[in-house]
Parts: sequence; C-alpha cells; structure tokens
Amino acid sequence: MFEFLGIPPQALFGQLLLGLINGSFYALLSLGLAVIFGMLNVVNMAHGAFYMIGAFVAWLLLAHAGIGYWWALVLAPLAVGALGLVLERTMLRRLYKVDHLYGLLLTFGLALIFEGAFRHQFGVSGQPYPTPELLRGGSNLGFMVLPVYRGWVVVFSAMVCLGTWFAIERTRLGAYLRAATENPVLVQAFGINVPVMVSLTYGFGVALAGLAGVLAAPIYQVNPLMGSNLIIVVFAVVVIGGMGSILGAIVTGLSLGLLEGLTKLLYPEAANIVVFVIMAVVLVIKPAGLFGRER
Amino acid sequence: MLEIADLHGFYGESHVLHGVSLEVRRGEVVTLLGRNGAGKTTTMRAIMGILPKRTGAIRFRGAELVGMAPHRIPRLGIGYVPEERGIFASLSVDENLTLPPVVRDGGMTVEQIHALFPNLKGRGATQGTRLSGGEQQMLAIARVLRTGADLILLDEPTEGLAPVIIEQIGVAVRALKERGFTIVLVEQNFRFAATIADRHYVMEAGRVVDMIPNHRLHASMDKLHDYLGV
Repeated sequence: MFEFLGIPPQALFGQLLLGLINGSFYALLSLGLAVIFGMLNVVNMAHGAFYMIGAFVAWLLLAHAGIGYWWALVLAPLAVGALGLVLERTMLRRLYKVDHLYGLLLTFGLALIFEGAFRHQFGVSGQPYPTPELLRGGSNLGFMVLPVYRGWVVVFSAMVCLGTWFAIERTRLGAYLRAATENPVLVQAFGINVPVMVSLTYGFGVALAGLAGVLAAPIYQVNPLMGSNLIIVVFAVVVIGGMGSILGAIVTGLSLGLLEGLTKLLYPEAANIVVFVIMAVVLVIKPAGLFGRER
Repeated sequence: MLEIADLHGFYGESHVLHGVSLEVRRGEVVTLLGRNGAGKTTTMRAIMGILPKRTGAIRFRGAELVGMAPHRIPRLGIGYVPEERGIFASLSVDENLTLPPVVRDGGMTVEQIHALFPNLKGRGATQGTRLSGGEQQMLAIARVLRTGADLILLDEPTEGLAPVIIEQIGVAVRALKERGFTIVLVEQNFRFAATIADRHYVMEAGRVVDMIPNHRLHASMDKLHDYLGV
C-alpha cells in the first residue's frame, strides 16, 4: 500500500470522503445562494435556516406522519420553496429598490426568527433521523469502506448541481434567467413576466437549501442550529467562487470541501480556518472571485 | 394602429413628457426627430411601459397601454429595439435571437432573418457581445422579427455606426417596410430617416411640435435646421 506524506491511505481516503461530503453540501447551498444573488441581488442570509427547515420537515414528516426519506426528498424542498415564495412575495419584493444591505438584514432577521422558533419548539439537543433502509451499510472499495449513504449524498448532489447548471446554461428557461439577471427591464419589454420569474428563482434557490437539509438529516443531527453552523463557510465559498457564478459555486464548493478534508490530515489545527484564509487570499488577488466577472 | 394622446411621463419627480400626441397608421414608417433630451427615447419607453410613471392615452389596436402590466404590452405585437441595443453578454447570438417569445403568428423564420442579415449567419454560438457594433444592431433588430410583432420601435439604429453599415441597416429597414411592418424610428440622422420614412414628428422639450410628411422634407429644411439645431 502506498502512503501520502506519511499518511496511511485509510485515513487519507476517509478524510477525503468527509471533505467530499462537506463539499457536496457547500456546493448545493452556495449554488442556491448564487442563483438567488444573480437574479435578486439579495444576499440570502436565511439560507442556513431554510436548510435547517428542510431537515426538520423531513423529520416531522417521519415522526408525525410516518412519511419516509424518499417522499421527504420531494416534499421538504417543495415546502421550503413554497415558504420562500411567500416570503419573497410579501417581504423581499419591497426591498429591490433600496440598497442590497436591506435584503441582507431582512433575511438575517428571518433566519434568527426561524432558528429561535425551532429552538423554542424542539430544543437544541437535536433529533436523530434514521438512514433509509436501502442506503444502509457500506461497500468495500478495496482501499476503504464507503458508507453507502455518504456515497449517495455525493452522487445525488453532484447530479442536482449538474442538472441545475444544465438548466441555467443550456435551456431556454435558463436563457431567460441569464438575460433577466443582466437586464430585467429589457426582458420584461420582450413580454416575459420578470416578477414571477424572480419569485420562482427565490423559491427554487431556497428549495435547494431544503433539499440539502434532507440529505444532511441522516448524517448530522436534525437541530435548529445546524444551518447557522454551516452558512458562514458557505458564504466564504460563494465569495471565493464569485458572487452569482453558477459554475463557480459548484466547483468551489466541492474543492474547498476536499481541501478542508486534506487540511484535517496535514495540519488539523488549521482545518476550520483554511477556507477563510483562502477567501482572504482570493479577495486580495481577484476581488470578484475565481469565477466572478468584474462589475 | 398606434395613437398617443396627451401623454405625460415622469422619471421620479421630473416631468419629462408634456402632452405628446401622435398617430401611426398600419404599414407606415414614422420617425421621431429632435435634439438630445427632446423626449424621443422616453416616448418609446412610455409605450413599452418601461417608464415608471405615465398618464394620458396610448392606444394600440384599440387596447389602452397606460396602466397595463409591462410584460403584457409586447404580447400585443410590439417589438422593441432599444437605443443601447441590449445584446445579452451571457447569451450566445442564437440565444439572443430566440430570446423574445413568439407572441403572434406571422413572424419571420430564422432563415428569412439570416437572409435579411447575412452577417448573423453562422455566428450562432458566438457570445452576443463579441459581435461588432453594427452586427449587434442587426441582432437587436433581428431579435424582434421572429416574434410576430408587427409594430417595431427602433431607437437610433444608426447611432455610432460606419456609413457602410448604416447603408445595410437602411436596406433591411426598407425590406421590413415592404413586408408590411409598421415602424416607429427615433433618429438623429435625418438623412437616413428621409430615405425610409413616410412622415416625421418633430419633438422639442417633451412635446410634438410639428409633423412633416416626407415629400415636404426638402421644402421644410430651414424649419428643420432650426428644430434640430444642426
């Protein structure tokens, strides 16, 4: 067996897998943030709360209605998306004409309210969510044992990311979205109902966060603060990738997850800050982010 | 086909259109002439509902456009070619061309559009804003021909272009007129306008101050020079 910088391969692949899992969540979450920022110019601070709500909807469905993981994978994102639609229509919409900062503050406030309400209702101890029957156990890849559920999370989120990228970059609907991101007034003057598109975009972006929440439920505990722990790193990912860049969000999310995993092996003390160090470096060298366009 | 009566328009607090009235008949090419800031572009933006606040009447085929939701106006069959051309950088030439949804029957096919603007042929995968200025103008016009719109608002199609390109645009606009399109044209370059238009409305300080039929344009040169300050 080979070794990498004196690290046994079991540990190496174990950490890389962990990094890949984290990276998958970073990618899913920063993708939603990027789509929302591109179209609405809103820095959606409530994104972590929507992720947490997605996980809770899955848990509530199971605990109170006996509805399992596979249905939750569909229903929870729909519920979170619907909640997003309502919030966009009733609140966010009023802020497009004023400085971006107001959208950020509103969504930050919403995040605090959601997290507070869930904490009040469910406490902070966290609820376990069982791994679905079909995805239990592990499979031996020769160099390591891969827990099936974790493999599923990586593959499924990669598929969702690629599907989203394809829909935005290669379809007609995506062309509307890109055009409206650039010049909403003109797109409207071609007969496209931009306000409805904006609402749906927000709904879709937060639904992605809800989906990530369901995926996370069997891995982490379902807990009211699960989103706020993650979201700060995700914002760093978005800044590194470039605000509003779809591909940037996906690629940066996955690679920073991996990098974090590697750092845990090489210099564990730095694992929690490596993303922020990279963010600082990127901001100095290329302020628009690795994939961002200068505005 | 299009009647505007006593149209007032506002950008925030500033009152920029002061009772514009004009009329465009089916199949006509009508220009809006006037100095910078006379309200030509603003009139077009008012028709499309882009201007945030407007009062008065804008009737298109009998439908009242004032108060209508902006995305419904183009669906009645009005194609808008903005002054800044509005080619999308994040879209390819083909995506730009097919972006505006088809709103009525009778639009031109992509083949017919390529015949009208040969420069756009074979450039489909190019990023929209990598085209030259003249080609971007052609794309901006081409874009609204597919949709079935039969009234086209053309805002300064010759601005900043070389004479040989202006010539090409002129040929295309005349071809469109022959196909039966009704065209409202904003122009600074009245030599260009004179080769295409049936009538000219002269605007000054947010009002229409004169209407000159094209056959009287030569006789009215002195007056026109006064209006335009050329």
